[in-house]
Amino acid sequence: MSIEHTILDVKDLHAGYGRTPILQGIDFRVGRGEIVAIIGRNGVGKSTLMKSLIGLLPSTRGGITFAGADVTREPANARALRGIGYIPQGRQIFPRLTVRENLMMGRTIGGSGREKLLDLVLRYFPILESRQDQKAGTMSGGEQQQLAIGRALIGNPYLMLLDEPSEGIQPSIVQQIARNVRELNRELGLSVLFVEQNIDMILSMAQRCYVMDKGRIVDQVAPAQLADDSVVRRYLAV
Amino acid sequence: MLATVIGFLYQFADTFAFLILSSVGLAIIFGMMGVINLAHGEFIMCGAYVTVLTARAGLPLPLAMVLGALTAGIIGMLIEYFVIRRLYTRLFDSIVATWAISLIATQGMLIVVGPSIEGLKTPFGSFDLAGLSFSWYRILLPVIALLILGGIYWLFMKTPFGVRARATIQNPSMARALGVDTDRVYALTFGLGAALAGLTGALYAPTMTTVPTMGSAFIVQSFVTVVVGGADVLLGAAPAAAVLAFIQSVLTASYGQLIGQVGLLLTVIVVVRVLPKGISGWMLRGSN
Repeated sequence: MSIEHTILDVKDLHAGYGRTPILQGIDFRVGRGEIVAIIGRNGVGKSTLMKSLIGLLPSTRGGITFAGADVTREPANARALRGIGYIPQGRQIFPRLTVRENLMMGRTIGGSGREKLLDLVLRYFPILESRQDQKAGTMSGGEQQQLAIGRALIGNPYLMLLDEPSEGIQPSIVQQIARNVRELNRELGLSVLFVEQNIDMILSMAQRCYVMDKGRIVDQVAPAQLADDSVVRRYLAV
Repeated sequence: MLATVIGFLYQFADTFAFLILSSVGLAIIFGMMGVINLAHGEFIMCGAYVTVLTARAGLPLPLAMVLGALTAGIIGMLIEYFVIRRLYTRLFDSIVATWAISLIATQGMLIVVGPSIEGLKTPFGSFDLAGLSFSWYRILLPVIALLILGGIYWLFMKTPFGVRARATIQNPSMARALGVDTDRVYALTFGLGAALAGLTGALYAPTMTTVPTMGSAFIVQSFVTVVVGGADVLLGAAPAAAVLAFIQSVLTASYGQLIGQVGLLLTVIVVVRVLPKGISGWMLRGSN
């Protein structure tokens, strides 16, 4: 994969909380327009990796290159302005802001053409249009997930980081979200990196999968291989 | 009878204005940032001094007042940058630090400017009604207090800055991940609180003696209003000030100043016991 085809390049990334190391030398790449999954058991450091990629957790060693620029030392707000959209575990919508105000937060980044992006978001997630004046904290998990994705999209990102998008959401909505992300990827050329344990979501979205274990990327598998139960058990079972 | 009612309303409005104006700056810094700013009174003093000195140097009074508020705001932002920013996760350290700033400011002014400066005359004069004398300026203050509350509401509810500020209070790291420079939001919010304190000093400068310790005249009322109102200044300040002003005015009219003050403090003790999160905490109960 050449530089101009790479949107995210992570080399020997180390990070942790206090003296506890979590990420112990992560290496991987995401190509422009690719949907890549990072799979692995609970507690192997997947969410920590996402936090470290957006910049909410400083890295202690190694480097992150985004769209050709070294962003390793940049704070999260600077990385967001470069075009990384972050949809964290548990959604983290602003509960006491209305749906419209939550979407406005995404526009902090926006710049030009954000009205068009708002139309796009409301087309993909029509539920948000009818709930514009509702406090976001009163919505269901699935609605909040759609809001969190919509909020990131309004910032017009090149790369979307999705942390466990299926968590706490009913299966029909999971499928709908997966379909929407695939379509966004096709329509906008949006690159997506997501962390997931739900095998249906991985199969329906991922073009490539990295397997993570004990703070390292230990393997790479084609999604088709995950249709085989023995492979899934090896990588995901507790 | 008429004289009693008018006298009471005047006293109520005057106390209401004083409670609102003395507390807004403190309430914004506490509610939005969780910092208990013990130097609040000194920002008020700063606004008053700048107003008096520039007005006596010939600047028109309204401009002198704006300058007083701006000066306090800029000093607030500098203090945020050099001191408060390092203490956001350390509540008690920030209390000690702001108390130190308060002492340094009071004693520093005493040494540099002296114990008092010549004040300003209260503008607009007075009028008689039902045998009592009323100051036009003191009638204007409650109106200004309400306008300031309206302005704060507009700023935090209707502008992009306000949405970013509220998002930052609810979840600072998520706000940052959406591109918000949260350090800047905190600096501006602290600056706004300091500027409002400065404006309070500016507005009361023509009505009181300008001395380095004048902040202490506001500090009890400001904390009392914030405690009763709770963390949400937009919801809590006006009802808290109305309740407290009513109680204090009734007691002052019936039993004199001292009992009025005692009643004010007793009310706070009762409110802290019954509504530990203040009026706004009670209004927001159950909603997250």
